[in-house]
Amino acid sequence: MTAERDLGERRLALWLCAPATLIMIAVTGWPILYSFLLSLRRADLRFPADQEWIGLANYATVLGNPYWWTAFGVTALVTVVSVAIELVLGMLVALVTFRTIVGRGVVRTVVLVPYGIVTVAAAYGWKYAWTPGTGWLAGLLPAGSAPLTEQAPAIAIIILAEVWKTTPFMALLLMTGLALVPEELLRAASMDGANRWQRFTKIVLPLMKPAILVALLFRTLDAFRIFDNIYVLTNGAQHTSSVSIIAYHNLIGGLNLGIGSTMSVLILISVAVIAFVFIRVFGAAAPG
Amino acid sequence: MIRTVAVAVLAAAAAGCGPATGGIPEINLYNAPQQNIRAIAERCNDRAGGRYRIIVNVLPRDADGQREQLVRRLAAGDPGLDVLGLDVTWTAELAEAGWIREWTGTHAERVRAGTLAKPLDTAVWRGKLYAAPYTTNVQLLWYRSDLVADAPTTWQGIMEAAGRLAAAGKPAYGEVAAAQYEGLVVWFNSVVASAGGAILTPGGNAVALGEPALRALRVMRAYANSKAADPSLPNTHEDEARLAVEGGRAAFEVNWPYVYASMAANRPEMLPYFKWAAYPGVDGPGRSPLGGANFAISRYSGHSQEAFEAALCLRDAESQKIAATKDGLPPTIEAVYSDPEMARVYPMRQAILDALETAAPRPKTPVYQNVSTVISAVLSPPAEIDPPVTLAELRRQVGDALQSKGVLP
Repeated sequence: MTAERDLGERRLALWLCAPATLIMIAVTGWPILYSFLLSLRRADLRFPADQEWIGLANYATVLGNPYWWTAFGVTALVTVVSVAIELVLGMLVALVTFRTIVGRGVVRTVVLVPYGIVTVAAAYGWKYAWTPGTGWLAGLLPAGSAPLTEQAPAIAIIILAEVWKTTPFMALLLMTGLALVPEELLRAASMDGANRWQRFTKIVLPLMKPAILVALLFRTLDAFRIFDNIYVLTNGAQHTSSVSIIAYHNLIGGLNLGIGSTMSVLILISVAVIAFVFIRVFGAAAPG
Repeated sequence: MIRTVAVAVLAAAAAGCGPATGGIPEINLYNAPQQNIRAIAERCNDRAGGRYRIIVNVLPRDADGQREQLVRRLAAGDPGLDVLGLDVTWTAELAEAGWIREWTGTHAERVRAGTLAKPLDTAVWRGKLYAAPYTTNVQLLWYRSDLVADAPTTWQGIMEAAGRLAAAGKPAYGEVAAAQYEGLVVWFNSVVASAGGAILTPGGNAVALGEPALRALRVMRAYANSKAADPSLPNTHEDEARLAVEGGRAAFEVNWPYVYASMAANRPEMLPYFKWAAYPGVDGPGRSPLGGANFAISRYSGHSQEAFEAALCLRDAESQKIAATKDGLPPTIEAVYSDPEMARVYPMRQAILDALETAAPRPKTPVYQNVSTVISAVLSPPAEIDPPVTLAELRRQVGDALQSKGVLP
């Protein structure tokens, strides 16, 4: 009797899930499959007559190309450096705002302002600030320097813009972790003679680990797909392309659907690897 | 019975005319920013007498942004585009993709009549006409006659003159747009053509780049390491070249004719000794770069007949005269050059016409975007060109681009 009811309920559940599942397949599954299929073809909009299946040749082309690896290196560098800085700054901001007694709401709102500004608008602000002749920041540099026209300074500015923009997000996620630390535990430790630093490293950090890992996972995935800041600041000139920028240039600018889709699939694989490492190796709990 | 109804409908339609645009096909022109394009379009709308009405849509300022917006809309089959203002290097790409219509019959005859040969050829792909030449452009050698009596005729000549000027402590630089962008490709293409070669074979299917390319690379390397080279050569675009001469730092520049109007406006006292000569060569006469814009008709236009008519009006002799005298864009119809008003704005018009006889168009290929991007990446900075090695790298990367295997940075 109950088994029958279970079966009936399960069937009903499947029916109820079906519309959402179908829509998800239509709007995410199919585009991913389609771009994978395109990556196996010579699919160049400029040669509509020469479309053909070419197996993994596009992958050989992209993986054997120095521009791709330069972009991959730049992306990895920007991801690691910006997420590391954001973690430290975000933790400081989280601690300060969490402990604030006076005007807590105001402080939290002010901290979130950069995150609330549209990335492209903020990126234009940074771009003009660093442009000689118009910018207040460029004016602080020695005369004649144009930092956005050279690789190393341009990447530094990209990282700065990323950090400025997303540190509040990191702080917000970490603050939820801080809220999980029981106040009485800290007081007890304090009674036992643990100093401020010991309390932070021995109690707060271990208890916050799940929140920190989720924050890092979110930010790493986001940072790896960095696009808008670079698009506005350099558009990939002087070897500052990220993988998303180079995919965009080949797909939209170059009209080469085969090569562009190959890059998209490679980015998807990279993102999947990052998520796998975080969840399986570091043990981040899947958010949700 | 039917006839009376039709007449009544026509009468009603005619009565309904006026400020309201009901029934008049709207022709959407997508064009690069140009100050007087609306005036030109208005003139055509008046002449059309209600057959069509041109709506001017302005594309982004930079060529890459223009091309990107056009191809993105065309790839999606956007019916909102009718007349497209194209850079001369895009014809092959859009024609091969099937996005622009061939010009045939009387439309094609009207385009060909009186149009200069070199600009007309930029609108042709595989023997078929795909666009109507609107404006053209050539670079000339500009020099200060107070510093050098006779204009050099070769790059070697500029280097020698610069050496003498530098030794005498005078402004010596010969400005060339050699930053990592289309300007560097334009320079390379012209030097290769002047040396008797080409980047691609005539059909555009294979890499040419033989012995003449090697000589061109030697000339560019020598030039970038000579007294003629401004230290900021690898970061110079057309505008920085112009400013260096106006600022008194340079004795020469190769540049488009707009620098003359700019000199007249910014440094009128320098104008009497700001002279022009033919584009420099390798060991004979040089072959100038060829620029300009053409009008094409979108495959997805719902009013193609009206669009062809509108494009023909937008590029007729009167429209070209407005573009030339008010916006400084050299005409593609030869007769416009002999208009009396042109003498005032274009004292160098004979030099432009002469240069147009031998100008070196850039390679015709659907993958021009990729070819151009890899060439500028390989050649930058010019001072570090290692001729045989650079040539081998160019052959490989341009060859890949032709096979859709080129990866854009």
